[in-house]
Amino acid sequence: MRQKFHQVIEAIDDRTGLHTGLRKFLYEEIPASSGWHQVFGSVALFLILIQFFTGIILAFNYAPTPGEAYNSLRYILTEVTAGRLMRGLHHWGASMIIVVVVLHMVQVFLWGAYKKPREGTWIAGVVLLLLTLAYGLTGYLLPWDNRAYWGTVVTTQIGATVPLAGPYVTQLLASAGGIGAVTFARFFALHVLLLPPATLLLIALHVYLVRRHGVAPALEDELKPKKSFYPEQVFKDTVAVFIAFAILFIMAIAVRVPLERVADPTDTSYIPRPEWYFLFLFQTLKVFEGPLEVVGTVVLPTLAILALIAAPFIDRSRLVRVRQRTLAIGIVVLAGLGWAGLTAAAIRSTPPQTAAALIDFSGPTQWMQLTPAQLNGVGFYRQEKCGECHNVTGGTPKQGPNLLGAARRHDDAWLIAHFKQPSGAAMPPVHLTDAQLKDLVALIKVMTPDNGDVIDTAPDFAVEGAMLYQKSFCGGCHAVNGEGGKMGPALNGLATRRTEAWVVEHFENPRKMSPGTPMPAYPFARPDMQNMVSYLFTLPDKAP
Amino acid sequence: MSDHFPSATNSVETAGYTRRSWHLAAIYVLGAIMGLALAIPTILYLFIPPRQRRRSQWIDAGDVSQLTPGSPVEMSFQEGRIDGWRVITEKKTAWVVKEANNQIVAFGPQCTHLGCAYHWDNGSKKFACPCHSSFFSIEGQVLAGPAPRPLDRYATRIENNRLQIGQLKRSASA
Repeated sequence: MRQKFHQVIEAIDDRTGLHTGLRKFLYEEIPASSGWHQVFGSVALFLILIQFFTGIILAFNYAPTPGEAYNSLRYILTEVTAGRLMRGLHHWGASMIIVVVVLHMVQVFLWGAYKKPREGTWIAGVVLLLLTLAYGLTGYLLPWDNRAYWGTVVTTQIGATVPLAGPYVTQLLASAGGIGAVTFARFFALHVLLLPPATLLLIALHVYLVRRHGVAPALEDELKPKKSFYPEQVFKDTVAVFIAFAILFIMAIAVRVPLERVADPTDTSYIPRPEWYFLFLFQTLKVFEGPLEVVGTVVLPTLAILALIAAPFIDRSRLVRVRQRTLAIGIVVLAGLGWAGLTAAAIRSTPPQTAAALIDFSGPTQWMQLTPAQLNGVGFYRQEKCGECHNVTGGTPKQGPNLLGAARRHDDAWLIAHFKQPSGAAMPPVHLTDAQLKDLVALIKVMTPDNGDVIDTAPDFAVEGAMLYQKSFCGGCHAVNGEGGKMGPALNGLATRRTEAWVVEHFENPRKMSPGTPMPAYPFARPDMQNMVSYLFTLPDKAP
Repeated sequence: MSDHFPSATNSVETAGYTRRSWHLAAIYVLGAIMGLALAIPTILYLFIPPRQRRRSQWIDAGDVSQLTPGSPVEMSFQEGRIDGWRVITEKKTAWVVKEANNQIVAFGPQCTHLGCAYHWDNGSKKFACPCHSSFFSIEGQVLAGPAPRPLDRYATRIENNRLQIGQLKRSASA
């Protein structure tokens, strides 16, 4: 049996050379000092392959046009089995590649492994780092939510400030009149058609050069015999790859990547923010204003890239032990501190995103369809702890009856009477006013097996906002989701018409903001005002 | 060499061999775990049908009070179909037959052989498929040709003389 197997292998090898080639690749001799510090290249390669794989898998259910992109991603996240996992792997894998590639670079830099004759390997690596960042920039737009849209608006506008080349960048990205279908197509083409083959070619060149020059030896290697790449170093690489994969997998499951509201070019309250690894650049931009802006957007990044490329030509010193490379260690520490400081400053100085902007649209959003009265009912449902004794959808049976069944059997009047004087002995009376009970009944009456989860999924700010809305009788003049008065304007789509700041000021001083309005002032206290405005900004653009 | 220092070399070789096989085992086990962690979700992703959204059960297809037994009519209706992330409205048709006992039957418009659109041949009083010459009776039974089973039927119900069409049910093989 074993002999047969070897015969087959040999026969294939005679014709293709695959086996000999593989052996040659695996039994490469490496210096005795090789070990755990050299695993990062393999991890980076592995993570790139994971990105290719998950990217293809996502593309199986993804429509690369604006609008459709958003809907299809939402479909992947909410309806396709394991879709959220695949998207999580792709999303967090992108971040992880940046981390690992930088660690790889730092290791090579500290050990001085870029020195003559390995300059070419290093430069190919620098270009691969830039490609990795290009993936991040182009992939950022593809979900086509507000975060994607507004982040890319900033990116393309930075591209436009490049001296001389600016107009051509704008032309190439088709971003002159804002971002739309053409820019989206360009970003998609770059992300999935241009960058992957370019990456593969450069990786091939990079690995070829590593093999051509051999793994860089350390000073102490001169007299020691070489060792084999396989299996000892491959074992170390595999362990490192496994640790990286385990972290990635756990993040993909445990850390939910939200999908924000669909890209809305009219949303004036959105605060764009780049991916975490670009925050330091974002912060650098704030230092340079006016005519100096180009220093932050172009000059400094270009200088940094040139410095990286030039590193092996500047550092032509003899090979020394890692611990004696004090200048190199100093540069890495300073760069790390600078990066961390800028990133921290960027995080600290960015105002928090509004609650309405942070709603995850890949989660349940049925509560947005409720009228203020029904959402007010959710508030009382929670306040009176109805859920301790009653179920709405399935789940373990509780003491009281399932409310979906109860709502079908009884009319409004019966329910209200029942709340005041419960027919069953186990239920305590509900102490609410008639108007409040009416809202609670409105909620119970609208629930179906499909939307029963609103009781758990409606965010607190929206429920608080709706309770305040009802308490203030806003519905007397305004309509929300098709219910309410016609004297004032309907409030659906408010987010596309006004900014949050405008609405706050309008509550405090209506006459100033819209002269001649009969609306009285509502100077709500700070948290109440925030809840109210956030709630109004989550309303669907059109009443359902 | 081993002739001179048999014991020493052997123990070093054995230690090296154990170490090597331990490394190999670890590479294969860790590789297999990662392979499975990717392969299983991928299979689920590709082969488990996505969670279905609810949709309306009955679609109005039109008035059937004027139908006469023995002469099938092709009726068309609009069906909202869920196509991945989209809901699209499609024009669909059914061959509607009023039976002798005034029961209404609606056949799916595709031949059960290879899905061609068949039609009612008034001369021979048969449903005839132009592709491979399958013939069906007015009850949908196969009379001739390669068709493997009778015509598929829609679930139907009548409300106020209007035909409402539900799911298409695959007929049992003859």
